[in-house]
Amino acid sequence: MPHTSLVHLSHVDYVILIVYFAFVLGIGWALKRFMKTSTDFFLSGRAIPAWITGLAFISANLGAQEVIGMGASGAKYGIMTSHFYWVGAIPAMVFIGIFMMPFYYGSKARSVPEYLKLRFDEKTRGFNAISFAVMTVFSSGISMYALAKMLQLLLQWNYNFSIFISAIIVLIYIFLGGLTSAIYNEVIQFFLIVLGFVPLVFIGLHKIGGWDGLQAQLRVVAMNNHLAAGAFSHSWKYMGSASQNPMGVDWFGMVMGLGFVLSFGYWCTDFLVVQRAMAANSMSAARRTPLIAAFPKMVFPFLVILPGMIAIALTSKIGSGFSLPPQGNSYDYNMVVPMMLVKFFPSGMLGLGLTALMASFMSGMAGNVTAFNTVWTYDIYQSYIFPGQSDKHYLWMGRAATVGGIALSIGAAYLAHSFNNIMDMLQLVFAFVNAPLFATFLLGMFWKRTTGHGAFIGLISGTLAAAVHHGLTRPIGENALIKGGWLGVVVHRYPSDMAQNFYTAIFAWTVCFVVTIVISLLTTQRKTDEELTGLVYSLTPKVKDEPGVPWYERPVVLGVIVLVAVVILNIIFW
Amino acid sequence: MQLDIRLPMGLLFTLEGLIILLYGLISKPSIYVKSDNFNINLWWGLTITVFGLFLLLMAWNKMRYEKMK
Repeated sequence: MPHTSLVHLSHVDYVILIVYFAFVLGIGWALKRFMKTSTDFFLSGRAIPAWITGLAFISANLGAQEVIGMGASGAKYGIMTSHFYWVGAIPAMVFIGIFMMPFYYGSKARSVPEYLKLRFDEKTRGFNAISFAVMTVFSSGISMYALAKMLQLLLQWNYNFSIFISAIIVLIYIFLGGLTSAIYNEVIQFFLIVLGFVPLVFIGLHKIGGWDGLQAQLRVVAMNNHLAAGAFSHSWKYMGSASQNPMGVDWFGMVMGLGFVLSFGYWCTDFLVVQRAMAANSMSAARRTPLIAAFPKMVFPFLVILPGMIAIALTSKIGSGFSLPPQGNSYDYNMVVPMMLVKFFPSGMLGLGLTALMASFMSGMAGNVTAFNTVWTYDIYQSYIFPGQSDKHYLWMGRAATVGGIALSIGAAYLAHSFNNIMDMLQLVFAFVNAPLFATFLLGMFWKRTTGHGAFIGLISGTLAAAVHHGLTRPIGENALIKGGWLGVVVHRYPSDMAQNFYTAIFAWTVCFVVTIVISLLTTQRKTDEELTGLVYSLTPKVKDEPGVPWYERPVVLGVIVLVAVVILNIIFW
Repeated sequence: MQLDIRLPMGLLFTLEGLIILLYGLISKPSIYVKSDNFNINLWWGLTITVFGLFLLLMAWNKMRYEKMK
């Protein structure tokens, strides 16, 4: 740990930071009077226009792990990182908007676990609710931990102070304004990130000699890594075999593992993002939420991945005056974004850039806390602990759960601080739980014969399959148990841990899919067709666009535009 | 009727933009060596201010429209 901070903030930077915090708290205060029922608090009274829920939809995902992580991956893997967007996120976002949202929004379920209860049974919901609640607490804790660690490194802020201040701010604004407060702050954070990162990319490109200068220097980077010269600046060309590209992944693992299982699993079933769409003011607004989100999501690689590519190019260029801090025989890639902020921005913009980063950490926390208090109150407290109370009671519980959720996140942040491996392990376990989930939803929504027992046993088997696959394989050159192979035998070695993750997901999904079908055919469907109306594709009348809706508000039209654009992007950067 | 988000957001960005813009006017040129001698505060502060004012205009327009109804 360095004893001097990397940069000194001047008064103007503090003023910018404080103005932002004052507005965040002020918005919570202003929204307080609208929080009259539990629906207001947990679902924003289902009254938010589509453009706001759309921006919140991506922003909830645009936490610091995303901003910092994508910058890091851009430096490590180059333009291939765009697959997380142009293969991963976008198709999944189109799919949920067009095909799945009618069931989520139309069923009037108040949460994803509640949908599982309506569609399947109590045990499937319980499993999902509890694993999701635990996961949100830890994710929010990790955000807090990462923020405090970054502030310590950059500005020498006290770890406890950073934890305390971020926890208290998030607590106040959610406590007062519930989901609406979280959504409004996510929208502001979205614009802060855009306004903070556009000039960062601009200055970075200027320093490296424009787009051409970047391409030229990335060829050097690729060759330093013993890869073909274009490996950092082509997204598909070197995907034929894993050894040719910096990610160490082949095209099948990429398309199926990341593009299909992981991305669809995240964007289509994670309540953290789905909750934003559920807050929309109409069915068509709910369907448009992920589609509106897809447009900015498509250009985000230029804001979050490009800085990483610029950083590694500058680092490898002698005399550029910029270098990533070394770590082992490589670099500390997580420092890409913070280092660029402090090296490129003068006071003034520096304050804004740091505000944007802090905002993204805090909205990462807030998103998890709002998802946690909803699932806790509706799916655990109201269902198992204290059913049949007045709405006022559950509104009170939601506020209490906000306090509890934040207290638990603080605990998680300190746990992460003292035992880094515990966090890695937990994230691994969550990955096992999440990987098969999309198979359950796909079958549940599109095959009416899927039964509760089938879904539940399928989910458990998929989770176990993920664990077993991970326990029997290892990436090349890795021997730590956290990287796999803990069952004692290593059956296969993957070229990289990313490839291992993708195949773990593919394996889990396939097992869940097959087992769910087999068990469903062996058990009887307890739900009648009437109960399943609105929950299953074949039993639900097709949603029609209201007459007179202009073309740019039709989900299918938007979806097609998004998909065409994303194909073009993939071709340009082939 | 909920709080129109464009109002607080417009205020926030107008204010932050003005702070950065003004700082760009009074700060010493030497601090811009970092950003390749480009006064990023001045120009980007101006951009943020314009964006903030645009949001305020939209919020104001909406309020006027609702009053007319």
